[in-house]
Amino acid sequence: MTSLLETYAAITGNDVIDHLRQLAKPLANMKVVHVNSTRVGGGVAEILEKLVPLTNELGIDAKWEIISGEADFYECTKSMHNALQGNRENISPELLQSYEQTNIANAEKLRPVLEDADFVFIHDPQPAALINHCPNRHGKWIWRCHIDASHPYRPVWKYLQNIVSHYDASIFSLPAFAQPLQHPQYIIPPSIDPLSDKNIDLPPEEASQVYRDFALDPDRHLIVQVSRYDRFKDPVGVIRAYRLAKRFVPDLQLVLAGGSATDDPEGEIVVREVREAAGSDPDIHVLLLPPDAHRTINALQRAADIVLQKSTKEGFGLTVTEAMWKSKPVIGGDTGGIRLQVVNYHTGFLVHTPEGAALRIRYLLHQQQMRAQIGERAKNYVRENFLLTRHLREHLTLLVGLHYESRYRIKLS
Amino acid sequence: MAGNTHFLFNDCALISIATGQKAMTLTELRNNLIHISLDSIYHHFWGGLLVPRFEEREFNNDFAGWVRHSLRDPVLAERLAAIDPTASSNLEELRQELLDLIEERLDENETVGWTRGNRQFEFLRSQLVVFDANRRLEKPEDLAEQIPLLSTSSIFYHFIDARRRLDQGCDDFSHWLADLGDEHLRLCEQLAAIDPYFSSLSQIRTELTALFKTYFTGGSP
Repeated sequence: MTSLLETYAAITGNDVIDHLRQLAKPLANMKVVHVNSTRVGGGVAEILEKLVPLTNELGIDAKWEIISGEADFYECTKSMHNALQGNRENISPELLQSYEQTNIANAEKLRPVLEDADFVFIHDPQPAALINHCPNRHGKWIWRCHIDASHPYRPVWKYLQNIVSHYDASIFSLPAFAQPLQHPQYIIPPSIDPLSDKNIDLPPEEASQVYRDFALDPDRHLIVQVSRYDRFKDPVGVIRAYRLAKRFVPDLQLVLAGGSATDDPEGEIVVREVREAAGSDPDIHVLLLPPDAHRTINALQRAADIVLQKSTKEGFGLTVTEAMWKSKPVIGGDTGGIRLQVVNYHTGFLVHTPEGAALRIRYLLHQQQMRAQIGERAKNYVRENFLLTRHLREHLTLLVGLHYESRYRIKLS
Repeated sequence: MAGNTHFLFNDCALISIATGQKAMTLTELRNNLIHISLDSIYHHFWGGLLVPRFEEREFNNDFAGWVRHSLRDPVLAERLAAIDPTASSNLEELRQELLDLIEERLDENETVGWTRGNRQFEFLRSQLVVFDANRRLEKPEDLAEQIPLLSTSSIFYHFIDARRRLDQGCDDFSHWLADLGDEHLRLCEQLAAIDPYFSSLSQIRTELTALFKTYFTGGSP
């Protein structure tokens, strides 16, 4: 049977896989545990779904655990998420109590595996407090922050900082997101999995089915934004941009596609706002998709002439990476990790307003050849920088770095 | 590797680490540069070759890029971009060259020092993990055949990192060839003439391949 690593070698080349094997050698049989709060929905779960089995194939004993909680817990962690992104969220003592109790309850369940691990990756704020309830831990604990925490709301960050300061290292997606902490702060951008249902090449019939499923006209221009219904993704701003562009491109269609992950209680409110903004325009399609609609999202991104990600705050923006992998030019908000991916005139355009987005929509729809060139460059850029294998290589480099505790150069024998 | 009759290829993986030091104005950049670790200065000149970023960069060091795009000072950006890090004998000298140019600009135009950038400059450093590439060279004549097979990170290790690692400040290939005797001195001179600063790693690999092919099979390039 073909191993997962061999399958990736077909896309990335054998050298990339050889690197992984070499880096993994000193970590052989070590125990690595990842912990997050959802197995489906959201970028973190998508990364772990393949990162963990790939790590196992390299001879490292990797596990993926999830924590669970009640509505109060998710309300609290959603507020933490928003506060890390800069919202002034005052979290009540009752909600913080629920956060702490949920971490205590989950620690009861996970303590043996966490205390026994050589390395523990804790993803985002939800399970961060587990560290306080694993007093006999012997491994290194790493807090992985996937959120744009460049300008956090200070009272909430102060609360989290007290917890995170107990970790041995943290990881942020971009240098701008790092916060003053006493331990090393590694910079690792996330990645996409080219073999996942969301990114794999689709048979033509399946790709075209999406037009029929959502009453889209394949002969007319289509712009698409795929993301959770979250105000930071500015879906209402996308509708404004569409309306401004449609004055000049009357055949334009817009799809806003998203669902709400199980840990996001705010989504329903935002969907109502978006539907209200869309009104009765038959060319605006507001889609609520289930968390496992990966192939549908894949087909929608492939059907698009242009993909938008007009976020006003963004951790990294994996939907941008996904669109670029499908050779689509991206119009993205000038924020967070979108800046690392979208380079003006090379892989897409960065914008600040609905007006700016509308202008670039018109430009790209008018310049068909430029659109194709940008799309091609975007795909190559992702192949070299944002696939899962690069992400895994950096995780292994970090683990080796923590294991040897060296300053600049570590030579493996 | 060098010092032996054979050459062992290594490869490496680099990871970026935030130092926690940030600058919002040119004065802050200057103040941080006085004390920041040499690892960080090295990272902002050379680390970009191995971290995820768009290959066709406008500026080849991060300081020039930040001054141009965040501080919006094209004059200083051009001067900083013209710094050739390979011309400095060590990183302390490179730090001083940076400081001299920034001080000069602060003297020229007082407002520049207090202009707030629209994004902070984040000082990073890096950690390099080096491992065996499972390739070995028995004789110099095989360089032309082996170089195209190397990963870009292996090129980084032998052609860029070596300059910091070796006392002679040269690349690993030159060091090895010199150890073998005077026979390949002309090749060492030609290697020294390759400017790694304005090329991507894949371009450097292509240049090295062409040089070795010409040298070993066709005489003078």
